[in-house]
This record gives sequence, structure tokens and C-alpha cells, in this order.
Amino acid sequence: MSALIVLLIYVAIFVGSFFLVKLAVQSATNDFTSLKTVTFGDESAVRPNRIASVVSIVSIFVLWGAFTGSSLLPGFLHAPGPFIGDATFTYTAEADGQAADDATVTVRVFEVGTDAEEPTVEAGDGWAKNDAATIGAWRSGLIRVDKNDEFGRKEGHRIVAVNGEAIAPGGAVETEFGRVGMSQKGTLNFVPNKGWQMEPIWLPAPEAVVSRIGSIAAEGYRGSTLWEHLGYSLFRVVVGFFFGALVGIPLGYAMGLSNWFRGWFDPIVEFMRPVPPLALIPLVIIWAGIGETGKIILLFLAALWIMAIAARSGVSGVAISKVHAAYSLGASKTQIMRHVIVPNSLPEIFTGARVAMGVCWGTVVAAELVAAEQGAGMMIMVASKFQNTDIVIMGIVLIGIIGFGIDILMRMAEKALVPWKGKI
Amino acid sequence: MSGLSIENLSMRFDLPNGSSVQALQDVSLQLAEGELLSVLGPSGCGKTTLLNIVAGFLAPTDGQLVLNGHRVSGPDAERGMVFQKGALFEWMSVRDNVSFGPRMAGKREAEWGEEVDHLLEIVGLQDFKEKAIYELSGGMQQRVALARCLANHPDVILMDEPLGALDALTREKMQSLVLKLWKETGKTIILITHSVEEALLLGERLLVMAPRPGRIHKEYRLPFADLGVGQDLREVKKHPEFAERREEILGMIWDMEEEIMGRSEESA
Repeated sequence: MSALIVLLIYVAIFVGSFFLVKLAVQSATNDFTSLKTVTFGDESAVRPNRIASVVSIVSIFVLWGAFTGSSLLPGFLHAPGPFIGDATFTYTAEADGQAADDATVTVRVFEVGTDAEEPTVEAGDGWAKNDAATIGAWRSGLIRVDKNDEFGRKEGHRIVAVNGEAIAPGGAVETEFGRVGMSQKGTLNFVPNKGWQMEPIWLPAPEAVVSRIGSIAAEGYRGSTLWEHLGYSLFRVVVGFFFGALVGIPLGYAMGLSNWFRGWFDPIVEFMRPVPPLALIPLVIIWAGIGETGKIILLFLAALWIMAIAARSGVSGVAISKVHAAYSLGASKTQIMRHVIVPNSLPEIFTGARVAMGVCWGTVVAAELVAAEQGAGMMIMVASKFQNTDIVIMGIVLIGIIGFGIDILMRMAEKALVPWKGKI
Repeated sequence: MSGLSIENLSMRFDLPNGSSVQALQDVSLQLAEGELLSVLGPSGCGKTTLLNIVAGFLAPTDGQLVLNGHRVSGPDAERGMVFQKGALFEWMSVRDNVSFGPRMAGKREAEWGEEVDHLLEIVGLQDFKEKAIYELSGGMQQRVALARCLANHPDVILMDEPLGALDALTREKMQSLVLKLWKETGKTIILITHSVEEALLLGERLLVMAPRPGRIHKEYRLPFADLGVGQDLREVKKHPEFAERREEILGMIWDMEEEIMGRSEESA
């Protein structure tokens, strides 16, 4: 239910800010692209609207804060929270041979994690006595109101109405503070209003995630520091990718340069390429265990085929006239390899390396989810078992940042080493 | 015996569907040292195949090629090639491209530096030595290709439509440059072109080839290349014989095209 509300608000922000920005911001530039009249269908004329990017990011955090009751947001932006405080309702009870009598139930709804005392209530008059109970927000609780009444279940105690509305076993009555249901055996079950906010065990507030990053960075998690966890994951990726590239690139070159290599390895590479590395995890664990060796073998295999295929297509991407020209200028095979084929295949190899790095990063997290002593994936896996959702979200955020960082680094390396890419 | 001798060259490609294409049939040609031969013909007449065989990229099914007394097989630095486009090395600077041949031969910069700089000056690129290839215009890139070929001192220069991708004005300037370099270096040049005017202007000898099978249709010996050295090429084009030859050859090629069209209509 609240997911739908969030989605509707998000769509409303998307549409609303579009019209607002369109009204408020007039394009001041007159550069070539802004003067194009045909933009629908001309991909090169579509440029990211930076205002939209900012609004997009901000609204994600605002929605996150609003629906978790974040202290970073002013209160009026919060979605309605769960009911907290003393809730009351009355019930009407009957017993064999007794007239119906009313009594009040006072329920103290408290924030989970804080101490709550049962509210003190006066017993009141009549044979049905007033009751008190405590229930945590977002939880529910059974309330045996008959226990302190003068006539218990042995005497045929039964509740016939709540707040004056008739109730029967299996039925429910909505009150101002929440829903009062009745079990098949006739016990009342009180569910305080949950509001629209998410409970922290489902989605913690942003500041909780940030403070968790701080505390785990300071104290570590499960016997290793945060940097050890992330460092292990990165180490596995770098080593696995390194060996994958070390074997895959020469293999790809050989496949691009020799009939025998092409014929020999084509079936293997073409078969292994569509096998997702994740499907290899069980086999690798059987063969190499859950230690570092197994993970590095897995990442090696994840990177190997991608790099081999990238190098192969790098060779096939060499314009034949360049090779012909080099031969006509007297170059030997070794010189053509070093001065023509390798530099010409660098753009393809970099594209492959970026893909391989992304796949390796995804694979290492998945492998750590299955079994690991340290690592980003292990962190979120263990945290999820203890319902530490803040650690899970922290882990996902860090994994995302590192993956993004890897890609940025690869792009920078590509720009420095292959400046002619896309300009031929 | 110096010069290039093409002897009874034939080339037949087998197609996957079992039939075969006779790309060249019995082509023979003698080229003396320092001659500039332009080759003209409708598409499919085998002129690029001929050039690739001379360059050594293709082995003919019949016949042989003799350069300066020895039989030719495979590509070699003695036969330099200038391609239409895309044969420069984008990962090297202009100067590194031009000095590629000498560097691959293991020569030190002291041996080639001065000459490479001189060649860059001749082609007018002395200010672009350290520029990347993709920063140059198409005409400049072809000048780099010319200089790169010359820096390697080939005996024969093969040009496969080297000016085909250029605009008309740049093309005219480049034609003058080719003539100038030819006179200055005295190289044997085979130039393949689609343009009748270019073939007439640059070719000391002109070969018209006919298609299916690719063969020599007619050969001319022309005065325009010599006239064009040191003269405005537009003046050469005003020559009455120039117009006459142009019409004659254009007519010849039109006839061949029509014949091909007729044949394919018959078979269709």
C-alpha cells in the first residue's frame, strides 16, 4: 500500500518538476545544439537536463527521509508516522446470567527499543474491569481483557462490542488509534495505526545508515574492519581480473591470428561465454573450497572469456589496409603485432576490460554472499540474517560506489591510453 | 633488367556456391623505371586486384611478377602502397607515421630524422609533426600517407585511389603534389583511379581495363603528365587533345558499363 503511495508521489514530483522547471527556466544559451529544431529522434541533440538530475537525486533522499521519519527532514515533510502514545477503547462484555458491562482498555504504544511501563488505570465500576497493556509501534498484541474481570471465561465471559460496535470472533473494529480484532477464541488483538512510514527494520532512515557507516568504519564488523571487508572484495576482483586478462588477451590475439587457435578455442569460448559466472560458484566451491583460491578462480573465469573475446574482436577490428600498409613498409610480424595490432585493439580491450570489471565486481559480491569470511557481500549477507537492514543498505551503497569508481578509473585510463577512440 | 614486368597474370576466385570469378585474365605489362602508369576502368575490372597482386597481398593463380630482375612474392618494402584512406596509424604522431618504415628497419633517428622532416616540408606538414592523425583533415592525412611511403624509399609506389575520398579542390592540389613528387623522386608509380581526368592528368601511360574477365582493353601514352609538372593543371585540361582523349575514354567506359548492364539484364 505505502509502496504505491511512494510511487504516486514520485511520479507526481517527476511530472510536477518538469512543468515547474519548464516554466521557470528559460534556456539562455544559443549554442549549436540548442538551436536544433529536430530533437525528437536526434539522439545527439538530447542532453541530460541537470536540473532534472538534481531534483531526481534530492527527491529520492527526501522520499527516503519522509517515509522513515528522518530527523534530517523538517517534521512537516514526514509521512504520517505510526501511532505512539496511549490508545483507549472500550469493550462490552457479557457473561452467563450477568448484564452487559463496559470497561476501558488503555494501551501504551511505545517506540520499539525504548522502555515502556504499563499505564496505571483504575479498575472502574461494574463487573468488567478496566485493562492496561503495552504494544510496540508497528507491532500488535493480544489483550486478555477477561483476566481481571469478575466473571471469567469459565462463567461464559464473552465480548460483544468494541466502542459500541458489535464484534464477533474473526471480526474487527476500526478505532481512532488502530484496529481491534478478535481471534477465533474470542481474545482481542490490538493493532495500532502503522501510518505510512517504514519501520526501521524494513528501511532505516538515511542518518541511521550514515551513522552505521561511521560506527562500522570505526569498530569493524564480524572481526574485520570495514576497509578489510571492502579491501578483500577489491583484492579478489583485481587479482582475478589480472589473471583473466593475462591469459585472456593473449588467447584472444592467438584466436584472431591463427586458424589453429581459432578452431581449437572457438567452441570452448563460445560455450563458456553464455555461462553466467554465478553458475560456476557451486563447482568452484566443490573444487577449491570457500577460501581465496576459489574466489580468485571464479573471477579469473569470469574475466577470461570476456577478455579473450574482446582481444579477438580487437584483432578483427584492425583495418586490413593498416596491416597491408605496415607490411609494405617492411615491418616484420613481430613489429606488426607490437606497432599495429596491439595498439589498434586497445579500444576493444578497454571496452572488454570495463565489462569484465563490472562482471567481476558483481560476481565477487555474489560469491561472498554464498560463503566468505570477509568481504562486502559477506557483510550484507550476515547483516540480513540479523535483520540489520541499515548494514545491508550501507553495504549496497558502498558496493555501488566502488563499482562506479572502478568504471570511472577505467574510463580515465582509456581516455589517457586510447585518445583516438571513436575518432577514426 | 630494371623496371617492373607483369607477365601473363591471371586471377580466378572460387566462390562458395561452386562458381568462380575470373578477376584477371592474362594481363601482361612492362613498366620502365620512373614511369607513371594510371589504371582506369569500370568497377569490377580487376584493377584493385591487379594492384594487390603487385603489392604482394594476393598470390595470382597464374603468371608472375618480376621487379628489377627478381620474382616478387609477398609484400615488401620495395613496393610501397598508398591507400584511399584509413591506413595511417592513429596511435602515432604524424612524424612517427612518416618515419615508420625506417624505424621498423632498425634505423636510428640520426639516419632518417632530417629526411623525414624534409618530406614533411615538401607535403606542407612541417607545422603538424607532433599532431595526432585524427586531428588532421582528409587531404592532410593523404599527404602524410604519401610522405610515409616516400620515406621508405620504395622502388615502386602503388596508389589505390589515393585521392578518391577528397573534395574537388583538395584533389586538384594533391594531383599537382603527386606530379611534383614523381618528377623529384623519379619513382615508378602505378595509380588506380575512378576519375578519367585524374588518369589523364597524372598518367604518363594510361591503361584502360575491361571487366569480366578483367583484362587490358587499351593503352595510351600521354603528354599531360609532363606538361602538368610546374604548370597549373587547369591549363593542361584546356589542351584540345585532353578533351578529345577524355571523351574517347569516357565513351569507352560507358560502352563497357552498358554491356555489363545488358548482360545482367539478360541473366535476370
